[in-house]
Amino acid sequence: MDHQARETVGYSFSESTASGVKQHGFYPYTDNGGSTLGITGSDFAILAGDTRSTSGYNINSRMVPKVFKIGGDDETGEGANIVLSVVGFAADGTALKERLDTVVRMYKYQHGKPMTVSACAQRLSTILYQKRFFPYYVHAILAGLDEEGKGALYSYDPVGSYEREQCRAAGAAASLIMPFLDNQVNFKNQYIPGSGEGHALAAKKAEPLPLETVKGLVRDAFTSAVERHIEVGDNLQMVIITKDGIQEVYHPLKKD
Amino acid sequence: MGSPFDINGGACVAMVGKDCVAIACDLRLGMQALTISNNFPKIFNFAPSTYLGLTGLATDVNTVSDLFRYKVNMYRLREERHISPQTLANLVSSSLYEKRFGPFFVSPVLAGINQTTGKPFICGFDSIGCIDFAKDFIVSGTASDQLFGTCEGLWEPDLGAEDLFETISQALLSAVDRDALSGWGAQVYIIEKDKVTQRLLKGRQD
Amino acid sequence: MPGFDFSNYNRNAALHARGVPLPKATSTGTTIVGCIYDNGVVNCEKLHYIAPKIWCAGAGTAADTEFTTALISSNVELHSLSTGRDPRVITCMTMLKQHLFRYQGHIGAYLVVAGVDPTGVGLYTVHAHGSTDKLPYVTMGSGSLAAMSVFESMWQPDLNKEGAIALCAEAIKAGIFNDLGSGSNVDVCVIEKDKPTQLLRNYEKPNERGQKERNYRFPRGTTAWLNQKVISKEDMKKYVTIETLSGDDNLAAGEKMEVDV
Repeated sequence: MDHQARETVGYSFSESTASGVKQHGFYPYTDNGGSTLGITGSDFAILAGDTRSTSGYNINSRMVPKVFKIGGDDETGEGANIVLSVVGFAADGTALKERLDTVVRMYKYQHGKPMTVSACAQRLSTILYQKRFFPYYVHAILAGLDEEGKGALYSYDPVGSYEREQCRAAGAAASLIMPFLDNQVNFKNQYIPGSGEGHALAAKKAEPLPLETVKGLVRDAFTSAVERHIEVGDNLQMVIITKDGIQEVYHPLKKD
Repeated sequence: MGSPFDINGGACVAMVGKDCVAIACDLRLGMQALTISNNFPKIFNFAPSTYLGLTGLATDVNTVSDLFRYKVNMYRLREERHISPQTLANLVSSSLYEKRFGPFFVSPVLAGINQTTGKPFICGFDSIGCIDFAKDFIVSGTASDQLFGTCEGLWEPDLGAEDLFETISQALLSAVDRDALSGWGAQVYIIEKDKVTQRLLKGRQD
Repeated sequence: MPGFDFSNYNRNAALHARGVPLPKATSTGTTIVGCIYDNGVVNCEKLHYIAPKIWCAGAGTAADTEFTTALISSNVELHSLSTGRDPRVITCMTMLKQHLFRYQGHIGAYLVVAGVDPTGVGLYTVHAHGSTDKLPYVTMGSGSLAAMSVFESMWQPDLNKEGAIALCAEAIKAGIFNDLGSGSNVDVCVIEKDKPTQLLRNYEKPNERGQKERNYRFPRGTTAWLNQKVISKEDMKKYVTIETLSGDDNLAAGEKMEVDV
């Protein structure tokens, strides 16, 4: 039955593929859902992510952390001063984290000093761009403290374009979390009451937030995302970087 | 070509407060990335304290708002009373479902206060008339993901009219700033039992 | 059915032919289940009223389940009025399947019909294309496999009322937690012979949202606005007569209409 005839009939039985030509698809990527979020302060940085791993409507695991210590002395990550979060295709995320971890540790062995966050950020960009035409399918965020001891946060696209920012959400619920952060971290669209009329009203200035405030914002951002996004849930992993080292805490999230 | 829901852009949100409701929309009308107008309100009045927001394909926003103006006027003539938000919700639902196999590309949001009971009422619909009765807030449009995030984060129960205005305005403005197809000004209606306040917000014009 | 209006069909088909995707109707990511026991039947989640002793759980396209069950509920009532008998579950199931078959699956309603009638207990599933099943325990929706795994491992032929409710709730919870499409609460409907039907909305609420860490109330005057227009009742009185009617607190909730007073 030719194409024209099928069009006029409007229905057909499934045709046998007797043509002999078989097409094979190659699908090297899957989306494992989840979301990550990073915020910096004057002397700290926080990277957080949920621990759910999904494929389609199924849950692969309720405990797959997305935030990793980079350049530690052993497999526990002890002694590290940089953290990396990866969200998107989990296998690429793990591979990328392993690559960067090796690079940062080799740097320490060869130079006898830890890698700075800015150097690590540039190196990560190079690693990602090296795979420009078969990318690591991840949205990465790198965090640590800069040379002045201030919180540093770098966010990346899958092929290595990066930028230092105050806060960034990535992954499945990024579109839900990011406008909330604009409003609550950078005070976007907020004005100082009574400072003027109409156009003369003064905008509320953004300034670095204290650690406890940021912890609260991160938890509320995630509990809100869990309500409205099915791929986010189970547990919240929060990694806090200060001059005293890296602290890692887990909080339960809803499991439905 | 993209989805008909994403051609013209636009966002709408409704929220419940204590003895009040609020409904807000952006003012953009575009064709894909090109902005055509920054004065295209998406909220329409159907009774003294009943408002309907329509986002989606602009031609259908106009057609559907005119259709409901006609239907609500006929209701008022037949019944000699204003339509209640609950009745309008069922009218919207069945009118959209009638076109189950050739729908209008709109996502309506309804907000109002029932004048008989004095109770606030909001609900949302999909394009074929399934009603979403919500106790907190309803979002629609190209910025719906962003609105879900801001509303879920900022909303709390029993906000008074003035506080509800701040919350819905901040939720809408922050959401549309993260959506390329929405924004260019915003309009808010704060609906109380016997007073409605309409405000034009100052927002980014880019 | 009075009939659908196809006036936009050609426009939308032309748009579709030019590569515009069809609109996405809200599909209920859902787990729905039903289970019979010695003297009655239980069904769970997304419940629709058909008759006092026939209830329907719906999955699939949300608007389709809503309107299909409302239509059949209406026809069942008229049928019972004209025959002077209590409606039967099998009648309802047949009306549903004939309606859905006529539309060749385009009406995307997937239903679990449960009820008690003079012939006994009835429990059926109806698929969008019009096929039906009659079984002692059934599941449907995106969480149907998770829920069925509970029934297949724990169901027994001699269940009592409490056992049936607990089993159904457990099956729904398997859907809620293991299927991403399903979430939040468990609704249960217990239909028994010679007893009024019990609808237990939010029978279990295993997924309450916790208290927020921070307060997000803005200081008044935080938002900048450029102009305002106030429409007050006093203003309106200049043009029309306004009379305030006495309020009825029981009204207002959701589906009730003003004409129901």
